[in-house]
Amino acid sequence: MTDLVGSETETTAPPSAPEPGDEAMWTARVRGAAMRTFPPGKLLPDRQPSYVASWIYVFGVLTVAALFMIIASGVLLVWKGPSWWHVSKVGLFINSIHLWSVELFFFFMVIHLWGKFFMAAWRGRRRATWVTGVICFVMSVGAAFTGYISQQNFDAQWIATQAKDGLNSVGIGAFFNVLNFGQMLLWHVLLLPAVVIAFVAFHVLLVRRRGVVHPLAERRRSAMHGISTGPDPTVARDGTLEDVR
Amino acid sequence: MNDSEVRPGQVSLAAAAALPEDADWNGPTIRYDLLKEVVIAIVVVALLTVGLAAIFSSPDETPTTIHQWSTADPGDFLTTALAELNGTSDVASYGQPYNATAGAAQKIGPISLQQIPGVRIPVNTANDFVLAPLAQQAETSPGLQAALSQFKAAPSSQQATWETNFGKALGKGHQTGKGTFTVARADDGPLPTMFASLLAMADSGALDAALTSSPNFYGTDYTKPLLFLADGSFLANRADAQHLSGDQWGMMNETGSYPGQAWLWLYTMWYQVEPFSSSGNADALVWGVMAVLTLLLLLVPFIPGLRDIPRLVPVYRLIWRDHYRRLDRSRAGDPGSDP
Repeated sequence: MTDLVGSETETTAPPSAPEPGDEAMWTARVRGAAMRTFPPGKLLPDRQPSYVASWIYVFGVLTVAALFMIIASGVLLVWKGPSWWHVSKVGLFINSIHLWSVELFFFFMVIHLWGKFFMAAWRGRRRATWVTGVICFVMSVGAAFTGYISQQNFDAQWIATQAKDGLNSVGIGAFFNVLNFGQMLLWHVLLLPAVVIAFVAFHVLLVRRRGVVHPLAERRRSAMHGISTGPDPTVARDGTLEDVR
Repeated sequence: MNDSEVRPGQVSLAAAAALPEDADWNGPTIRYDLLKEVVIAIVVVALLTVGLAAIFSSPDETPTTIHQWSTADPGDFLTTALAELNGTSDVASYGQPYNATAGAAQKIGPISLQQIPGVRIPVNTANDFVLAPLAQQAETSPGLQAALSQFKAAPSSQQATWETNFGKALGKGHQTGKGTFTVARADDGPLPTMFASLLAMADSGALDAALTSSPNFYGTDYTKPLLFLADGSFLANRADAQHLSGDQWGMMNETGSYPGQAWLWLYTMWYQVEPFSSSGNADALVWGVMAVLTLLLLLVPFIPGLRDIPRLVPVYRLIWRDHYRRLDRSRAGDPGSDP
């Protein structure tokens, strides 16, 4: 009879490791790559470097929280259809939550963006994190814009008739017709949110993968205190002012 | 954060600070409950949005209809409809994607991106906004049918003469009530009959229905009625009263006193300054400028000079001030700086 209890050798292998002979399987390879790229301690950390101690770090998670509220209120508006909020007090309240969560989303995101700019947060192989963050911002502007012109009220009429000129002037309006309510509503509730959510998820994963950017080399302030801080910042090979500590 | 919350790492703070910037941090660390932070952030933002929604609600101004336009300002409605018929309205001479009017498309230097896709949303203003709706109405009106037949059978030079004379009569006419307008007799052929019928259609709401109707019963495309409304002054006057016009930074404003798309401030700003504010290619030029600026923002990490600004502007000292303080002590050999 086969012994179903694993040996001591088998039980000491990592739970994610494939069985001997299974290493070449696609699933095993993807699982292995995922575990190497995102070990649990990086994906769900319970400790961070001691320099992660500023209010500026809160605005990233606040942006994600506002996005959660946008999606939750948006799903409720989708549930009852585009005309509901014009004729229902509850609908108007949900629409108001949707509007204010968008305003907060952009407020938090812009502070987050400028905070990361002044931290030069693209250093240390974090360029993709910056690029995906900017893409999130640009796509969010598009998602919000299509929301404004899907409102079915005077504001939507006016914004659409004005915006058409900019889009038409560079050839985009021929394919992205802001006067076509059906097209704009579907872009607003499906295509653009999907892109925004995908890039936000990718952005967050990159932050977890690379970790929070190290502080910039700081010499002048320390020099004022008469304390040596090691080598000066200098021009690295790629032409940037890089820290060569 | 108190220094007592810092837990020692594998190496001292000074040693960790000397790590390459792409290395994993192995210096001192602090407690950080990621999921707890996310949950607290969601609760805080939820309370904020519910509070703001309860206090301020959200704007919802009813849309403008052609019926409202014709009853409130029949003179502007008739003048706009005549411009659609004789091909002098903004949309009639717009260029791509609505029609192929020569020289109308905007350019960036010698290049016209507007022309490249061609006429993908064809709009014939004379037929779509005037003749086709009247043809529907004429099915139950022999007088209108005769007027339409007379107009269509006339040579274009005769049509132009009638349109010019009717335009002059409109200019001297006056509103006599809600949705009514009086013009003097002139050599304008069947146009008074046609435009009286068009005004009656608009006053009754039938023109709204005619322009939004779809051959497939269900319709979600409002291109034609919105283009017609945008050619008149009624919609623009309402927007102007709501501080939504282009020269009022309208693209980032919202009806009432609500915050609008404030994130469009830079895009809106270009329209207020020269050379954009007086250029016939303003839209294309502003889009070009914004495309370049967006690309610069996207590629900041790769652009020498731009990527060095953070080191020159000492905001980072404020952000990491506690870290630098501890680092100084660590480098000075203070045993208390590394827990």
